[in-house]
Amino acid sequence: MTVDYVLKRAGMFLLIIFVAGTLNFAVPRLRPTNPVEERMNQLLQQAGGVHISNVEEMIARYEDRFGLNNPLWLQYVNYWVSLSRLDFGQSIAYFPAKVTEEIRQSMPWTIGLVGVTTVIAAVIGSFFGAWLGWTRTPLAISFVVPLLLIVTAVPFYLLGLLMMWVFTVWWPLLPGGGAYDFAIPPSFTIASILDIIEHAILPATAIILSSIGFWGLGMRGMMVTTMGDDFIKLAEFKGLKERRIFLRYAVRNALLPQVTGLAINLGFVVSGSVLVEVLFAYPGIGNLLYTAITSNDYFLIQGVLMYVIFAVGLMLFIVDMIYPLIDPRIRYRSA
Amino acid sequence: MANNATAPLDPNVQTGQDVTVFETETLVSRIAWTIGRNKLLFGGLFLILFIVLFAVLGSIFIDEERTEVGYAMAPQETADGSIKETVAPRLRPSREYWFGSDQFAVDIFAYVAYGTMGTLWMGFIAGSIGIGIGTLLGFMAGYFGGKIDAIVVILSDALITIPGLILLITVSAYLDQLSVEQLGLLIGVISWMGTARVVRAQVLTLKSRAYVEVSKFNGQSDIEIVVAELMPNLAPFIAAAFVGAVAGAILLSIGLSALGLGPQNEPNLGLMAFWFIRFGAVPQGLWWWFGPPIVVIAIFVVGLFMVTAGLDQIANPRLRTSV
Repeated sequence: MTVDYVLKRAGMFLLIIFVAGTLNFAVPRLRPTNPVEERMNQLLQQAGGVHISNVEEMIARYEDRFGLNNPLWLQYVNYWVSLSRLDFGQSIAYFPAKVTEEIRQSMPWTIGLVGVTTVIAAVIGSFFGAWLGWTRTPLAISFVVPLLLIVTAVPFYLLGLLMMWVFTVWWPLLPGGGAYDFAIPPSFTIASILDIIEHAILPATAIILSSIGFWGLGMRGMMVTTMGDDFIKLAEFKGLKERRIFLRYAVRNALLPQVTGLAINLGFVVSGSVLVEVLFAYPGIGNLLYTAITSNDYFLIQGVLMYVIFAVGLMLFIVDMIYPLIDPRIRYRSA
Repeated sequence: MANNATAPLDPNVQTGQDVTVFETETLVSRIAWTIGRNKLLFGGLFLILFIVLFAVLGSIFIDEERTEVGYAMAPQETADGSIKETVAPRLRPSREYWFGSDQFAVDIFAYVAYGTMGTLWMGFIAGSIGIGIGTLLGFMAGYFGGKIDAIVVILSDALITIPGLILLITVSAYLDQLSVEQLGLLIGVISWMGTARVVRAQVLTLKSRAYVEVSKFNGQSDIEIVVAELMPNLAPFIAAAFVGAVAGAILLSIGLSALGLGPQNEPNLGLMAFWFIRFGAVPQGLWWWFGPPIVVIAIFVVGLFMVTAGLDQIANPRLRTSV
């Protein structure tokens, strides 16, 4: 592994963080409206009967508190200083809760739901696709591939909606939302774990069903290409067992792009599945971002966004580092 | 080029008729022949055409009034016991209202037709802009290389890092009210990276071919070479990328609108999803409300996928041998 290659990739990673961070700082400030004032008005509408006379002063106090009165360059410097300490400030909507605290509470739910389903879908889909590419039976291809296409084509939140209809209205079997029953607070007891799993079944199945096709079709394509390679022919002529050719020769080679895909998708996990989480009222990061946006909580939005960008950028960097190790054919060329 | 190998023998070649007639005829017949031979492409185009016709004919022949709140009327028993024609929400499908009515007594059939039109229009704008930017940047990066190449590659690498929906949600949070056209523009601007990569890679391999060198020695300008020599070879790739971009844009826009962050004033399928999620069409079991838009989206996206796969087979003849 050449130093040059690592440095270039690391530089790319830092550049992504810098560009994204700067945009993250600039975009909200380009907006003509004042976030604190907006939030105040929103609260006033909900509360009603409050003495409006002090609002101006309150807004000024809060702006001071959030440092929104400082000159722009100072805000920008402060922004990077606090980012480097992984401090995203305080949430406007849940003041005085810290943004990092909000994210920390939502993260386990998202990683548990979206992370686990991503891995399951990738594994099942890849082996399914490998089988499709291997057998080349016209029957399997003419029926299963279109079916996979259709399931993949329906966006997962709409698939989730259909499943919600079937399993909570038609045949009330599963809970229709939330991550756990409020009577059973989450803990490491069997009852609580079963309850959490029960709540996760519907959203998890929606995500898995809709992404299995993506993995399956990708793997099938790679298998078909690999099967045409000369070394497979050689293995066949050598009289190796079918099982061995399938697993050690074909699948092993075709799996490489799937591994990269999985790694990148694990980076995206952090962003959650906004739509599934909102639809099923699942308390993950996606839902947090949605709440932040509907309540104009810019600090929370910025915090979630920086987390997502950081995670994805880091995963891409790791993939770039690992890929040449698992595929010796790739050299560390200048990228 | 792939098409040359698969073109039918045209009888006009022997008879030596007028050259212009011959050329257009080959082009049309070649396209028709390719589509007819390629089952995936044919099936996909059929599905897309079906949805497009539904949207276009629907929004021409159906009175726009039907998409308004409180349109659906039906004879119902009133408080004093008499039967009267009143506003009728949650009507089951009937001869008068083919897909019934929703919570707000909107005629669902009419709304789905207009909504499909809005969503398709948005997808078309987004796809065109994405493809335009992507092709231009990809060409410049691949053809000129050097600094331009480095900038385009870094930019697309950086942008591709951010999940599209997250980016859209965030940007829409800072905009007050989006129109269908603005949303299309926005999605187009953030979805050019895939196209740029494909075009750049193709231009890199094409520009070292002998015929490009020959044109250069003949004194053709860069633009002439790009338009006359490179463009025709790239057409199937760009067409496939366009179809993919439209599908992606439509799914993205529906996702955004389903959260209530998309265009609110014009009918579109995403807004419909937002309303039926918000007003509990699922717990109430109003399948005729949430069913039709889901079916329309599924048919259309399957069609687009099939067309992409079909175009891929044309662009990469290697794939054709499999399946």
